[in-house]
Order: sequence, then C-alpha cells, then structure tokens
Amino acid sequence: MSVVRVLFSYLIFPGFVFTAVVGLFLTWIDRKVTARIHWRVGPPWYQPYADFLKLLLKETIIPEGSSKILFLMGPILGLVAMSIFAVMVFSMNLNPEGTFVGDLIVMVYLLAIPPLGLMIGGSASKNPLASVGVSREMTQYFAYELPFLITIAAIILKAGGSVRFGDIIMAQQANGPFLYSISGVIGAIVILLSTQAKLGFVPFDIPEAEQEIMAGPYIEYSGVALAMFRVVRAMMLFLLPLFLISVLWGGFSSWWVILKFLLIVVLIILIKNTNPRIRIDQSLRFFWLGIGVLSVIGLVLAVYGL
Amino acid sequence: MKRIVPIGPYHPLQEEPEFFKLIVEGEKVVDLEINIGYNHRGHEFIAQKMTYDQIPFLVERICGICSDSHPYAYVMAVEDAARIEVPPRGQYIRTIIGELERIHSHYLWVGLAGHFIGYNTVWMWVWRYREPLLDIFELIMGNRNHYAINKVGGARRDILPEHYEKIEKYLDLVEEKTTMFTKAVLDDPVIHARLENVGILSKEDAIAYGVLGPTARGSGYAIDVRKDDPYDAYDKVDWDMIVFEEGDIFAKAKVRLLECYESIKIVRQCLRDMPDGPIEARVDEIPPGEGIGRHEAPRGEVFHYVRSDGSNMPARHKIRAPSYMNIPSNVVAVKGYSIADAALVLAAVDPCYCCTERTVVFEDGKKKFTGNDLLRLSRQKTEKLRRRYGR
Repeated sequence: MSVVRVLFSYLIFPGFVFTAVVGLFLTWIDRKVTARIHWRVGPPWYQPYADFLKLLLKETIIPEGSSKILFLMGPILGLVAMSIFAVMVFSMNLNPEGTFVGDLIVMVYLLAIPPLGLMIGGSASKNPLASVGVSREMTQYFAYELPFLITIAAIILKAGGSVRFGDIIMAQQANGPFLYSISGVIGAIVILLSTQAKLGFVPFDIPEAEQEIMAGPYIEYSGVALAMFRVVRAMMLFLLPLFLISVLWGGFSSWWVILKFLLIVVLIILIKNTNPRIRIDQSLRFFWLGIGVLSVIGLVLAVYGL
Repeated sequence: MKRIVPIGPYHPLQEEPEFFKLIVEGEKVVDLEINIGYNHRGHEFIAQKMTYDQIPFLVERICGICSDSHPYAYVMAVEDAARIEVPPRGQYIRTIIGELERIHSHYLWVGLAGHFIGYNTVWMWVWRYREPLLDIFELIMGNRNHYAINKVGGARRDILPEHYEKIEKYLDLVEEKTTMFTKAVLDDPVIHARLENVGILSKEDAIAYGVLGPTARGSGYAIDVRKDDPYDAYDKVDWDMIVFEEGDIFAKAKVRLLECYESIKIVRQCLRDMPDGPIEARVDEIPPGEGIGRHEAPRGEVFHYVRSDGSNMPARHKIRAPSYMNIPSNVVAVKGYSIADAALVLAAVDPCYCCTERTVVFEDGKKKFTGNDLLRLSRQKTEKLRRRYGR
C-alpha cells in the first residue's frame, strides 16, 4: 500500500473528512428531529457546517496559568482516535478477511480515547465547573464501560471466541446477525444505552449539564479547539451506531445498512428527547446494577448459545 | 476541601442578575451565600414622584411575569387608604385576570423546571400551550404582557361578552393539557428520581423563613391570602387550597400543577356569575391616611403599603414581593444535596429576581451605607452627570 493511499484513507475517506462531513450532517438530523418534537422549525441543513466554520474563525483562548499542551491535546486526541476508528470500521467491514487478531480490543481502546481527551482538556482548563464536569465524566465513564465490555465479551463468545473484528462480521454473514437471539437483543440494549452515554446525550449528559455546570469540561474552550470537540462528537454520532451494526446487526452486508443506521440514530434522538437528565449517582447505579446485571445475563445466555 | 461553585452574577438560565455562591465539598453543597442587588431600580422612590394614576404603570414593570400582581396590590392599598368601594363587575374582572395570570405563570415555571432537569421537550410543550393565553390577554387588554387592567377604583377595561367564549375555549384546552402534564410528571419514573426527596424545606423552616405561596403550601404551611383575607371576588367563588406536606421539589411542582385546576375553576365561576354594571368607581381625591393591599401572586403574597398626605402623590410607597421571602429559604433547602440538585432547588421557589432587588451593601457583616448615605451618593452621582453633560 502506498503512503498516499494510507494518508488518503486516514484523512479523506473513510477517515477524518468523510466522517466529519457525514457526522455534522447527522447533528443536523438530530437538531431538526429534536426541533420537530419540540414544535419548533429547526435550523437549515447547512447550519452545523456554518457553526463549524464560524468557530474556526474565532480566537482560541487558553486560560491563564493552564498547560497549553494539555489543554489543546484534549480535542486532538479525540479527533485522531476517531479518524483511526473510522478507517478500521470501514476497511474491516468491506474486507473482513484482511484484519488482524485483536483489532476488536484496539477499537474498544480507541473508543475510550475521546472521553480521556475530554478529561485531560477539562482538568487542564483550571475552572471549578470544569473540574466538577471532569469528575462526573470519569464516574460516568466507569459506569457505562463495565456493561459495555461485558457485552463485547458476550459478542466474542458468540463469534466462536475470536477477538478479530473480521471474524465477528463473517460469523454473522454466515449464520445471520447476532441480534436475532435473546443475548443479541440484550447486547443491543446495553450498547445502545452506552452509546447514548458516550455521546453525552440526555439522560446521560451529566458531565456537561449546561443547566448545572454550564457545559462542564468544555467551559473554557473556544474557537478551533471547541470546533474540534464538536467534530469529535459528530464523528461519534456517525461511528457508534455503525459499530453497533457491525458487531450485532450483520455489518455492511447490503444497502439495508443505511436504513438500520437511520433507525438507530432516530432511536437515540427519541431517547434524548423523552427523558430528563439523571444524577451522576443514579447513572452509576443504573449502569452497574440495572444494565450491568442485564449484560451479565446476556453473557451467560451467550455461553449457552442462546 | 471546600470550593466555591458560582451561579451568577448573571444566571446562565434564568437570565437575571443574582449571585449564588455554592460552597461545595466534592459534589455536595455544604453552604450557600446569596448576593442580590445588581440591578436596583428604585421603584419605591420613583413612585413617590408620581401621581396615584401613574403608579400602576410603574409597578407593573417591576416584574414581567406577575405584571398583574403588583398593580393589583397597589390599587387595593390605595382603595384601602381612600375607603373606595369597587363595583362588583370591576372586582370580577380583576379576579379573572389575576387567575389567568396565575395559570400562565405556573405554566412558565413548569416549562422552566423541565428545562432545568434537561427535559427540553416538556419546556417547549408547556410553553406552547401558554402561548394562546397571551393571545387572550392581547385580545382583552391589547397587551400580551403588562396588561394594565388595574386602576384605582376598579378595572380599566371591560371583558366583552364576545370574549367569554374564547376564554372558555381556552380554559377547556388548558384543563386538558394540565391533565396531560400532571399525568406525565406523576408517571415518569425519572422525574420522580430527580425531584422526590430533593430540596426538602420542612414546615418549621418554612414558617421560620416566612416563605409564601406555592413554596409554603408545598411544605404543608397552608397560607394563601385569597383564603385568609379574601378580597374582590375570591369569597364569592368556590375553590380549594392545594397543600402538600412533603416539602420537596416534587410537592412544589404538584402544588403548581394542581393550582392551575383551581384557577380554571375560579375563572369559570367568575365568567358564569359576572354581574352587570359599571367597572370602576369614581375617585376624586385620596384623603390623608394609609392603606395596605395584599394579593396572592403566583409566587406568594405581594404586599403594598401606601401612605397619603392628601396630595396627588403618595408620601410613602412600600413594596414587598414574595420572592424576597422565598429566596433566603434556599439556604436550608439546598444544604446536603449535590450540585446537580442545587440548580433545581434554587429554581424550585420560582424566583423572581427583579422583584427581589434591594440596595443593601454589607461589609464584614455590617451594613455599609445607611439610607441617608445612599441618598447622598445618589445626589452626588446626579450632580456629576449633570456637570458632565453641561445641564
């Protein structure tokens, strides 16, 4: 593979530019659907792009006395991780044989980097509200990651004990999607709710609760750095449902994937708009006792092949 | 380790000037300091430079949401001082507008409460059904806000018979929607989890802080001027006082939602029994003396005191707004809860910061300026401005 092709795949398609453009469009869908539910009109389709451009032109203010490198590293970490993640999801879905052993573990780690970047950036910004937000982000991360990992383990079991992403997709193409079984449905619920939390959508937008701690870790960010955070969010809105489809709903086997994808996105938006925000202790209890127990049940069922 | 989490000096959600210093340990609030006085407008002093007929327009602008309550209490104070008997039709009209205002104010709070717990759908939906009420206000009085219905001696405008039907139609709509919202709130497990047993204000604390309105009634402290000291048409209609014992935010929300039903009931009875006749009494002059007016505003009792020296301007006009009594109770209500709850608790009293503004400067726990000092400072400033602009 030539260097140009590698660079193209990471920067243009399916890496940064493609994912960002589609992701920003999805944020428009989110805003438009939310607006219609609220009996509002909602913004025109180019609004997210206009917002993004405007932020690029604004000054990036770095709070006095904070570490410049750490402060700016926050958004860049997330951006890089999501670009690599995008390339992995697409290339492995289109070419399931060409993957390496353990790539699923790499993907799970890549998904952990955007919250990590947010924590680093938020702690570097020297703001009391940001530090409250960071501590919430950390708690929330531990809350949703546990059931998420248990469910990933169940999926690995269902794919015959292979930690290769390609094997999971091939197993589904051979025997039908994992979703059409009890443990698959449980896994889908767990991953969907974790997705909601990873995206920072209501009812799990506790770390940046604008009404309580005024956007929390993001509070000191402006200009290009804030735009990068926005794009990371948008990319996650695109990639996380794709990840869910890949591991549970048969991968990109046909054009149906677009409908499946839109269905999941609309479901996420509906959950966002029909729930109030919960408290951080309630979120922890919900993910460990409620969803955690559910994911363990899913794991046990997966062992018995249900 | 104690840290300060500031809410203010400009509230990020209510968009009004106030300053709550939350003193926190981790996520837990251990103490609260309240600072007000960022935007004092000196209404009482201005009122003493205006004639009795001009003052309703002034006090109406104290607050945009209870813009009927302040003039209502003021005209009652003047009527009390001058022993004016208001004709029955005028009384009924004022009662109707007062109750319609209560519905729109409670709806405003329910929407804001939804916004505060991150439930923006509730916010938008509630405010959508508040909108037709503002249209009705515009129909009756020409203004969506600042209705200018109160006048010393009666009401300024009549409610025309052709408007009855429109009001009735809106009442049907609002009754249906209140049922919908009440059910939505009572059935939602997440709302229960967020609001129940949060920000508890005990009955003892409620009495000690002298809280008023739905804040008091949510804590089991049954106080309502409309029942305790009925005025205008309130003793001629049948309605119930809504009281809950729990004292948490959920109880306050229930009080406000269920009070909407009572307001609907009152307005329906008033429209049915509306007597004919003049809407205002003739007022020639205000004799020397003093009077008080108390009106149950959506947030609690509004109190106006007027002293007359026989001229056409009041010698003294004193206003006490309910939020001024309710906001200090946050100090006990918020202690021991998390920052996430604090934002809700502070909003649960339905604070109206523009009613609460006072000029008081404290330094080291002592008053820095007396009234005369402030007067002197103000005159110096005026003199300075005059010199600067050469007038």
